[in-house]
Amino acid sequence: MNTNIFRHELRSRFKSVMVWSLAVLLLVVLFFGFFQGFADEADLMNQMLEKFPREMRAAFGLDNLDLASVLGFYGFIFIFVQLCLAIQAGNYGFGLVSIEESELTADFLLTKPVSRTAVMTSKLVAAVTGLILTNLVLWVGSFLAITGFRGEREYELKTLILILVSGFLFQMFFLGVGLLISLLVKRVRSVTPYGLGLGFGMYVLSAFSGMFSDVKLEILTPFKHFDPGYIIQNNAFDAPLVMLSVGVAIISITLSYWLYNRRDVPAVS
Amino acid sequence: MSIIDVTNLTKYYGKSRGIVDVSFQVEEGEIFGFIGPNGAGKSTTIRLLLSLIHPTSGSARVFDLDVVTQGPEIRRNIGYLPSEVYYYEGMKVIDLLRYSASFFPGDFTKRMHELSEIMELELNRRISDLSYGNKKKVGIVQGLLHSPRLLFLDEPTAGLDPLMQRKFFNLIREENARGVTVFFSSHILGEVQRLCTRVGIIREGRMAEISDIRSLQQNNYKKVRVMAEGLDADLFQIPGVTNIQVEDGSLNFFFKGDINLVLQKIGGMRVEDVTIEEPTLEEIFMHYYE
Repeated sequence: MNTNIFRHELRSRFKSVMVWSLAVLLLVVLFFGFFQGFADEADLMNQMLEKFPREMRAAFGLDNLDLASVLGFYGFIFIFVQLCLAIQAGNYGFGLVSIEESELTADFLLTKPVSRTAVMTSKLVAAVTGLILTNLVLWVGSFLAITGFRGEREYELKTLILILVSGFLFQMFFLGVGLLISLLVKRVRSVTPYGLGLGFGMYVLSAFSGMFSDVKLEILTPFKHFDPGYIIQNNAFDAPLVMLSVGVAIISITLSYWLYNRRDVPAVS
Repeated sequence: MSIIDVTNLTKYYGKSRGIVDVSFQVEEGEIFGFIGPNGAGKSTTIRLLLSLIHPTSGSARVFDLDVVTQGPEIRRNIGYLPSEVYYYEGMKVIDLLRYSASFFPGDFTKRMHELSEIMELELNRRISDLSYGNKKKVGIVQGLLHSPRLLFLDEPTAGLDPLMQRKFFNLIREENARGVTVFFSSHILGEVQRLCTRVGIIREGRMAEISDIRSLQQNNYKKVRVMAEGLDADLFQIPGVTNIQVEDGSLNFFFKGDINLVLQKIGGMRVEDVTIEEPTLEEIFMHYYE
C-alpha cells in the first residue's frame, strides 16, 4: 500500500464517485416519493400486474415483491439501484489498472520504486473507498426517503439493513470480475463499454433466469445472488449464493494480483 | 561490480522477436551508448531492465540486484526518460513533478525549480496544454529530479530543439561528472558520438558489437577525399580501400590499413586538395546496418 498512489487515485476518482452517488440518491429519493400513491392504489396496481404474464413480472422482479409494502416497493427500486452499482463497480474494476495503459501513464507509475502488488493494493483500496462513499450516500438517502415517505406503514429495519449491506458485497463482485477481465484481455481501450456490458449482461441474465425459472442462470449472476425479493421474503441472505458471489470476488482479485505481477506492460505506440 | 550486468537476455513477445541472447555490462560512471535502428530491440532492453516486461530467458542485474525479483529496490535509484512521454493529462506540471518526487525519500523542491529553470519549463501549465517538446522537458525534469544513480534515456532528444538539446546534454554531462551512470539509447549516431564513452550496437535483436567509441573510430576506417584533375578510380584500387565514389572531380573512399600506402599514391599526383579524416559513427555503422 502506497499512500501517494492512494491519494492520487482517490482524487482522480472523486468526480465519478460524486456523480454515481448523486444518481443513486436521486433514484431512491425521487422514486420512493411515489410510494404513497402506489400503496393507496395497491389493489388496482396488483390487479393490473395480474394481467401481465408471470414471466413478464418475473423479468422485472415483480413476482415476489408486494408493491404495497414499504420494503416491497423499496426492493423494486433497489433493482435499478443495483444496476447503477453494478456499472459503477464494473467501471472501477475494468479501469483500475488498465487506465494506466490506455492513457499511457503505466511507464511513469511502474518505473517508480513500488511493487506491482503495492500499486494494485493502493488502487483497490482507493476504489473500494469510493464505493463505500457511494454506499454511505445510498444508506442515508434510503433511510431519509423511507422515513419521509412511508406514511403510516411499518417495515422491518433489519431487512432494510440486509438489503443495504448486500449493495456493497454486490459491488465487490463487479469490481473483482471487471479487474480480472481487464487483465485477461490484451488492452482495454475504453472502460465504459466493458462496464456497461458486464452490468447489463448480468441484469439480463437475471431477468431471463426469472422468466424461465427452471433454467439455473441464477448461479451466474449476482442480481440473483442478492435478489431483494428473496431477502425480503426470508428476512435473510440466500447464504450459498451470497458465498458464491463473495467467493468469485475474492478469487478474481487474487488472480488479478498474480496476473498483474506477471504482466508485460505494452510499449507506447 | 558492474552497474548493469546483462547475461544472455532474451525476450519474445509471443512469437515475435524482442531481443535474443543479449549480453553486456555497464560500469559505474560511464555513459553507455546503445545504438540501433528502430525496432532493433533498444526499448525492449530498457523495459526489461526497468521490470516493465519480463524476460523469456537469461538474466539481468542492476546494482547487483535481479530485475525480475528486486525491481522496486532497483528503481529507487533510477531515473527514466521514455521515448514517448505521456502523463496524467488533467494534472498541472508542478503537481505531476511533486507526485513523481513523492515516491522517493527527501525534499526535491529546490532541485525541481533548478531543473525547470534550466529547461525553461513552466510549472503552472496543464499537461494537456503542453506541446510534444514541452512534455519531453517534463520528462527530463521528472527523470532527474530525485538525483538517481543510474539514468535510462530512451531516444531522449526527439522533439527538443537544438538549443534545448545542448542544454540537455550539458545536464547529462553534469550528472555524469557527479558519478551518475547513463544508459543512452538512440538511433541518431551523432549524439551518441558527442556524449558516450562506450557503445553497444544492436541489430535485429542481437548485440552486433560493443566497443570503445575511440577505438571504433580510430582502429577502423579513414575517410579520404582527394580533389585533382583527371582522377581515375582505378588509381586507388589497392587493398583496404572500399566505397570508392567519384563526383565532381573529387574522389571519396574509406581506407583501412597502413595510411602510408595511400599517401604514396597521392604523393605521385598533383592534387588540388586532400582531406583525411575519421569517419563519423554514422558512416562506420552503415557497415553494421547493411
